[in-house]
Amino acid sequence: MAKRGAPPLESDLLQGTLDLLVLQTLALGPSHGHTIAHAIEHRSEDVLQVEHGSLYPALHRLEDRGWISSFWGTSENNRRARYYRLTPIGRKQLADQTSRWDELVNAVNRVLRPVAK
Amino acid sequence: MSFRRFFRRREWDEERRREIQAYIDIETDDNVARGMPPEDARSAAFRKFGNPTLVREEIYRMNTVTLLENVLQDLVYGARQLRRNPSFAIVAVLSLALGIGANTAIFQLLNAVRLRSLPVKDPQELAEVRVSAGKSGRTGSFSTRYPFLTNSQWELIRDRQQVFSGAFAWAPDQLNLATGGQARWAQAIYVSGGYFNVLGVVPELGRVLSAADDYRGCGSQSAVISNAFWQREFGGEASVLGRKITLEGHAFEVVGVTPPNFYGVEVGRQFDVAIPLCADAVIRGEFARIGKNDEWWLSVTGRLKPGLSEKQAKAQLAAIAPAIFKETVPPTFTPGDAKDYLTFGLDLRPAGTGASELRRDYQAPLWLLLGIAGLVLLIACANLANLLLARATAREREIAVRQAIGASRPRILAQLLSESLLLAGTGAALGALLAQWLSRVLVSLLSTGGQSLFVDLGVDWRVLSFTAGLAVLTCVLFGLAPALRATKVEPGVAMKAGGRGLTATRERFGLRRTLVVSQVALSTVLLVGALLFVRSLNNLLTVDPGFQQEGIVEVDMDFTALKVSAERRYAFQQDLMDRIRAIPGVIAAGQSSEIPLGGSMSNRMIHMQGPAAITAVSLLNNAGPDYFRTLGTPLLKGRDFGPSDTPQSPKAAIVNEAFVKQFLHGADPIGHEFRLETPPGKPNFPYQIVGLVKNAKYNDLREDFASIVYVPISQDEVAAPGGQVLVRSTTSSGSLISDVKRVIAGVSPEIALDFHVFKTQIRDGLLRDRLMATVSGFFGLLAALLATVGLYGVMSYSVERRRNEIGIRMALGASRGGVTQMVMREAATLLSIGLTIGAVLALLGARAASAMLFGLKAYDPVTLATALAALAVSAMMAAYLPARRAANLEPMTALRED
Repeated sequence: MAKRGAPPLESDLLQGTLDLLVLQTLALGPSHGHTIAHAIEHRSEDVLQVEHGSLYPALHRLEDRGWISSFWGTSENNRRARYYRLTPIGRKQLADQTSRWDELVNAVNRVLRPVAK
Repeated sequence: MSFRRFFRRREWDEERRREIQAYIDIETDDNVARGMPPEDARSAAFRKFGNPTLVREEIYRMNTVTLLENVLQDLVYGARQLRRNPSFAIVAVLSLALGIGANTAIFQLLNAVRLRSLPVKDPQELAEVRVSAGKSGRTGSFSTRYPFLTNSQWELIRDRQQVFSGAFAWAPDQLNLATGGQARWAQAIYVSGGYFNVLGVVPELGRVLSAADDYRGCGSQSAVISNAFWQREFGGEASVLGRKITLEGHAFEVVGVTPPNFYGVEVGRQFDVAIPLCADAVIRGEFARIGKNDEWWLSVTGRLKPGLSEKQAKAQLAAIAPAIFKETVPPTFTPGDAKDYLTFGLDLRPAGTGASELRRDYQAPLWLLLGIAGLVLLIACANLANLLLARATAREREIAVRQAIGASRPRILAQLLSESLLLAGTGAALGALLAQWLSRVLVSLLSTGGQSLFVDLGVDWRVLSFTAGLAVLTCVLFGLAPALRATKVEPGVAMKAGGRGLTATRERFGLRRTLVVSQVALSTVLLVGALLFVRSLNNLLTVDPGFQQEGIVEVDMDFTALKVSAERRYAFQQDLMDRIRAIPGVIAAGQSSEIPLGGSMSNRMIHMQGPAAITAVSLLNNAGPDYFRTLGTPLLKGRDFGPSDTPQSPKAAIVNEAFVKQFLHGADPIGHEFRLETPPGKPNFPYQIVGLVKNAKYNDLREDFASIVYVPISQDEVAAPGGQVLVRSTTSSGSLISDVKRVIAGVSPEIALDFHVFKTQIRDGLLRDRLMATVSGFFGLLAALLATVGLYGVMSYSVERRRNEIGIRMALGASRGGVTQMVMREAATLLSIGLTIGAVLALLGARAASAMLFGLKAYDPVTLATALAALAVSAMMAAYLPARRAANLEPMTALRED
């Protein structure tokens, strides 16, 4: 029997990745959940297609850690929406995590294509 | 997660809902903008988002302390379950409250007399000095409840010891407050100068006694009274300072009052008056103990110097001991006695919990009672476990459904256990309240008319943790097994079976059988124990002590205040005796120095003269004429004491049968002579045996008859200014007492009097036996009842589960008698296994009680058989009800059901 309430993105790796993507998206400026979801989907050229709902627990988690903060604002089409923006800690985390991500990708690539050089 | 959000998690959830709603709205707007019809636009938005409830739940969970949340939920759920079945809840809570209450009450008493420290400054630093006597033991006179040292030993220890930063000696006594007539007793303590100072007692009023009050020859000067005495006698008035109180006719000035929480250093008693040690000289006059080296009456306690180890302290005391004993040899000792005396040593033992006669006498019985009460609680737990098991079976389907839709096993376990926890917690809380009352009942069982017990029953951390521990333990005991069992079933099986199984499987039923068997076994043990104690008490009440108990009153007279000269005292006593004998209804009256079973004792070394010379110890009693007639002890041969026995006439003696057997090998004793061992320098007269009486108990109803020598009180070297008289009368003790008071007051109102009803006094000596018989009897019956109810429950349940099977059996031709037999056979099997195990356990367990039994062995076959038969009969009667119900089943109805 499947575990109740399992989110679409579950493994630690992917969860961390989602956090990183959210942070990167917010680096461009404050936005609300809907924009963030669409931005990730769009910028990954539709490769990263997830249920947009799974973004919200990630936002909650990041806010809990103090990496992002939130406020209520008005959206482009005049609806009340909850906006998120990076905090200074979040900005630093983004830098750290991006470089760790690069290291990881390089390392994985070296293993997968050892003779490509 | 943060606690701020935990407490505001509903608000937080509402915020999420709005946020998600915003997403859906925006997405819907976008979709509409792209040209979708509005309804499609909305459902497309939801598809894009996923399940909003799941998202909210996930965030909600991130905000909770899962454990706390679950516990709260489970408790609420448990309470709801219990409310739905109030009769079960009431039965469970009440039986737990009774069980836990009884255990807590006994523990509270044990805590008070055994575990708790004295309410003084740093009690753990206190240590007591004891004499470690050689193999021959100490000789002399032992006149207090704690006769550990003599005054000369104490004075030398005080002056020479290096182990205490301060030390004190004390001795309890009972002193008469009245000046003539009926005595009014004050619980007094003689204390050395350091007593209050070493204990760190700060006076509530005035001052405490100090070294300046305690010097040889101090006479009667200052007294410190306890707070309770101050309230009782002086109404708590500050003007008490400087007032006089009279103790044995001597006036003492009240100089201070102690604080309310200080009761002395004796657990179980509360002192009224404290006077300096040196006052012993004036209070006891010619019988003073303070200057005598063979009067053991003091208890010595000190505060160990900081940093001194127990071993160092003991070594230092041992080093000063030889010189102390050398300088305090009693002058009356023979060289042999003195040689023994010089081998004595000094020892040290912790005294932080104070002195207590109560502890000495009741520690073992109380632990035993605690064990018994613990077993009763265990049996009650087994009953509850059985009830819960039945309930769990009824809820099998519900639990299966819960598991099927994803509840984890630990979660359901926690749910079921929280129900038990609620029961146990409520039971323990009620039990703790009940214990406050029960422990007072226990104390009143231990108090006699003359001596009420003073025990501080306050609840402290030990009592609280004991009760809390019991609650948790009982909860686990009766809750865990049923909960484990209920969640172990495969959901599929439970759903399919749906209570329609034809027969219960053997394995599932095993636990219930085991529970019942152990209940029967445990209650056998308790019933055997109870019967042993009841029969032992009965033996004590019916044993022939060799004298009558009915219609006799002990009269204690003290005419010290009249200052009658020593030569005229005997005549004065006889005059009082004649007046008492003249009271209408009085059959006989006789004097004696020791009252049988009265607590005091005297013995001497006897040198039997003649061809078969024997030297051995015999009990001694100085008796007057008519003593034997008063007590109804038959004079078998020879004569009673009479007026012809004077200090000048040859010394006479009457002996008992045990004496004749021990010293004369059963020969006719009349005319034989013996000598009493006398200290050097005193005349050693030959005593001639003039009479033989039947055996009688002396110290204790439990003892075997021992040799007793009676010598005439009229031949005493110095007559006492008073005496003890036993009076047998046909009138009631009340009217006899008032008659004696009137007659004696007619001689002089200054004569002090005290009365004891002989039979009551003997009964009071059986307090411990009565306590054991009453309490263990109560628990034994309770245990038997619980086990019977348990068996009834299991058999009823078994019949209920097997209705289908029984219906089929009957449809196939089984007779009603056959069905009854089948059920009864099952009950009998459980019962006999339980009884067998119980009998073995009882035989092993009864050894613990054997020291407290009288007139029967721990492995008493009659007792065992009675207990087994009683349990078997009551249990089979309980099993007959469900058996008859089974036999009366209508096969068709039973088969059509479900």
